[in-house]
Amino acid sequence: MPEYQTHEYDVLVIGARGAGLRAAIEAAHSGASVGLICKSLLGKAHTVMAEGGVAAALANVDDRDNWRVHFADTMRGGQYLNNWRMAELHAKEAPDRVRELEAWGAVFDRTADGKILQRNFGGHKYPRLAHVGDRTGLEMIRTLQDYATYQPIDVHMECTIVSLLKEGNRVTGAVGYDRDRGRFKLFAAKAVVLATGGIGRAFSVTSNSWEYTGDGHALAYNAGAALQDMEFVQFHPTGMVWPPSVRGILVTEGVRGEGGILVNREGRRFMFDDIPENYRNQTADNAEEGWRYTQGDKNARRPPELLTRDHVARAIMKEVREGRGSPHGGVFLDISWIKSKLPNAEEHIRKKLPSMYHQFKQLADIDITKEPMEVGPTTHYVMGGVRVDGDTQMSTVPGLFAAGEVGAGLHGANRLGGNSLSDLLVFGKRAGQYAAEFAGRQSSPRIDQQQADAITNAALEPFNRDTAAENPYQVEHDLQSMMQSLVGIVRREAEIREALDGLKVLRDRARKVSVTGNREYNPGWHTALDLQNLLTVSEIVAHAALERKESRGGHFRDDYPEKDPSYGKFNIVIRKGPGGDMQVTREPIPDLRPDLKQIIEENK
Amino acid sequence: MASETSSRSIAESGERAAARSDTSAGTASRTASFQVWRGAGNTGGLQSYSTSVSEGMVVLDAIHQIQAESATDLAVRWNCKAGKCGSCSAEINGVPRLMCMTRLSELDLSEPVTVEPMRAFPLVRDLVTDVSSNFRAKKRIRKFTPRPPDAPDGTWRMQQSDADRVQEFRKCIECFLCQNVCHVLRDHHLHEQFVGPRLLVHAAQLEMHPLDSLDRTGELKENHGIGYCNITKCCTKVCPEHITITDNAIIPLKERVVDKHYDPLRKLVRLMRGNKTGGGKREAARGNDARGGGNAL
Ligand SMILES: Cc1cc2nc3c(=O)[nH]c(=O)nc-3n(C[C@H](O)[C@H](O)[C@H](O)COP(=O)(O)OP(=O)(O)OC[C@H]3O[C@@H](n4cnc5c(N)ncnc54)[C@H](O)[C@@H]3O)c2cc1C
Ligand code: SF4
Ligand code: SF4
Ligand code: FES
Repeated sequence: MPEYQTHEYDVLVIGARGAGLRAAIEAAHSGASVGLICKSLLGKAHTVMAEGGVAAALANVDDRDNWRVHFADTMRGGQYLNNWRMAELHAKEAPDRVRELEAWGAVFDRTADGKILQRNFGGHKYPRLAHVGDRTGLEMIRTLQDYATYQPIDVHMECTIVSLLKEGNRVTGAVGYDRDRGRFKLFAAKAVVLATGGIGRAFSVTSNSWEYTGDGHALAYNAGAALQDMEFVQFHPTGMVWPPSVRGILVTEGVRGEGGILVNREGRRFMFDDIPENYRNQTADNAEEGWRYTQGDKNARRPPELLTRDHVARAIMKEVREGRGSPHGGVFLDISWIKSKLPNAEEHIRKKLPSMYHQFKQLADIDITKEPMEVGPTTHYVMGGVRVDGDTQMSTVPGLFAAGEVGAGLHGANRLGGNSLSDLLVFGKRAGQYAAEFAGRQSSPRIDQQQADAITNAALEPFNRDTAAENPYQVEHDLQSMMQSLVGIVRREAEIREALDGLKVLRDRARKVSVTGNREYNPGWHTALDLQNLLTVSEIVAHAALERKESRGGHFRDDYPEKDPSYGKFNIVIRKGPGGDMQVTREPIPDLRPDLKQIIEENK
Repeated sequence: MASETSSRSIAESGERAAARSDTSAGTASRTASFQVWRGAGNTGGLQSYSTSVSEGMVVLDAIHQIQAESATDLAVRWNCKAGKCGSCSAEINGVPRLMCMTRLSELDLSEPVTVEPMRAFPLVRDLVTDVSSNFRAKKRIRKFTPRPPDAPDGTWRMQQSDADRVQEFRKCIECFLCQNVCHVLRDHHLHEQFVGPRLLVHAAQLEMHPLDSLDRTGELKENHGIGYCNITKCCTKVCPEHITITDNAIIPLKERVVDKHYDPLRKLVRLMRGNKTGGGKREAARGNDARGGGNAL
């Protein structure tokens, strides 16, 4: 029988980046005992990679900004599939969450009068992203991490949760293993917060790290929680394309926010060619106006490079497909041209985009102050996730909460840049607060030993298999290439069905995966376990993509290229049926509150 | 602006860059040999692997390829693959670096490339070390404590020039390469007595933070062992974020310590003035020249 280390908490937070840290801090503030778990070391992983900034209507740079405009921008970006209550809370609370970071030690870039500086970003009407050069995520994470260091929070680093535990309908804890020794840990908890991030590793070209295997999505699904909007995967328009080993690594939208332009092989600034109707009023119709916008001219409209990500990504794909791409299958992104506008352009670029400068210099041998970059779309973010109550972040399973990328609702069909970091803070705090409150009303959970044994025995299976069987890395690789080509940026019914069949085959292969070595820090074993989650989320994405027979936001169907208003009235929701099958339903979106409706009208 | 003609020149310059990148990144693949440290705890040794590489690859790519092809249980940490998270620190041909930012084209591939874990930390397995001492050391440094807000709405004002000072230190990605090369830790194992360069950068960030109101010079001297640093600058040389650890963080901190705790006249003046915040704090940083003021090892 397996042996366990056991821990008991009021609130267990799974995931220790932006959302998880913020949730843990809040739960600790409420007096709950808190356990915090993460797959890698504290302060690594995704939030740390976020570059551009955190969106909040502070109105430090443009005093016309306020929560209403931010709300309207978020809803427009999400094509009105958003959980409007979340969009409202997010827009209202983000400024306080950002100021709070400053009180905890964050040092943002400043305006001339000493306030927090804000920059332009796609889909945001006014300069709204508080930032630190192009390393905002690092600043945010280090601030939260350092603050949490002095809170009564028990941190379990390099520990991976493989399953949630339940008693009846209620969540009672989780089972995980520590990476370094491979020992199992049992966590009993009155409430559990998922803050596990996204699913980007289901695709081969991605800006995401090994951690993003959709664990939280799969944990919630397997525990009976509903997921929604899983067809909406964001492909960021600008990832590196060359050399091959860096393909997918993100090139921040901040490059375009600072004046960077997209050009095809023929030297055409193609983004001017196709401006969507609902953004026409807000978009510059000439290059000069676009430049003035990036330099803070309040009367100018934004350049088309700063349209929403889904649109820019598809425009780039079109150039490439029609033979006007750059030599390595992308397009050119150029910031060096601003030297014709600014006297000290090179220094300015290095100051504003230091890590981009570094990244291209070191990895691609390109000096971005002198020459253009080659960029193309990369899998970046999943809008879909655990369906939650907008106020409390509780899922459809009592005691199970979700915040950050693993949660759904705020972003609808497409997320605006910068709205994720603010999402983490606003809803991380709320999840922590309500989880602590929920825990206060619960009795101590009872752990079902047999349930735990079944989980750990299953987790150890790859060690008992024939070594000549399947290699976990190979199966993962095949899954990624298949999803990339069949359920990627451009989707068709026949291909999605092919992917669903392919997933069955891959699932069989995954059952035969074997690993060598022992349980101590064994990445082969970890990959074999992560694979199960990747298979589950890939299947969910494919089912949702099949169901939505229209094109909207991050979801583009070649066989239904237009937006269909009738699809604007519901979210696609997936849960595990009683027989273990995937159940796909359409859940109507509640009517918009009249005051919010009016805000949207006013900001059209 | 980017009129039609100038965006044409952008495309042309892009073509040239892409072509150059082809040569320098090299698409042609060939076989290279690696000597990778395998083992756990106190046992282990270098093991040979070969894999096919192209020069655009980084060391971490080669390690991943070896893992997928012939050593599925090869332990290695990584996350961002872009030098931003500080997970993949290792010693490559004996030099402490990030594996994800070390291109193979920089290395001599006619010889086997050695990849070893950071030697100053206890080994977990293969390329993974136990760096938890750094997280514990941070707890010992008193936390950020801001002065009261400047504005009625609870916010502060600070100039970019003030922000710049600490932003350099706040770039730290906690790769712990500096801790790995510091002889006080690496050779003398004084982990309990000396927090090491990374944590001194952290302390400098707090001490020079425009909003912070504490004085940590006493604890730096008594508890964090700043005197052990004898300014060899090895830490600065390996920092992938190019933080000038010694000149900008450690020396000013040493100066403050000397200023506060060794100079009786200044101490008296300060006592009479009765404060340490604001300008006084910054002046102290520039203070008298006290380089190497600590007790060297
Ligand atoms: C390169 C890049 C740049 C970005 N730039 C921006 C930007 O400029 N602005 C913006 O708003 N957003 C940006 N984003 C998006 C944003 O960074 C992420 O969406 C956000 O950080 C997600 O935060 P999170 O807290 O939900 O998850 P994460 O930060 O990814 O944290 C997930 C946590 O869960 C843990 N975890 C996962 N599975 C398990 C498990 N099974 N057991 C235990 N622990 C587990 C992980 O270890 C980790 O601690 C960017 C993303 C990337 C990849
Ligand atoms: S300068 Fe000081 S901290 Fe840096 S390596 Fe030398 S002794 Fe260590
Ligand atoms: S100071 Fe530099 S070398 Fe040291 S941990 Fe930070 S980034 Fe790494
Ligand atoms: S993987 Fe993040 S620094 Fe190397």
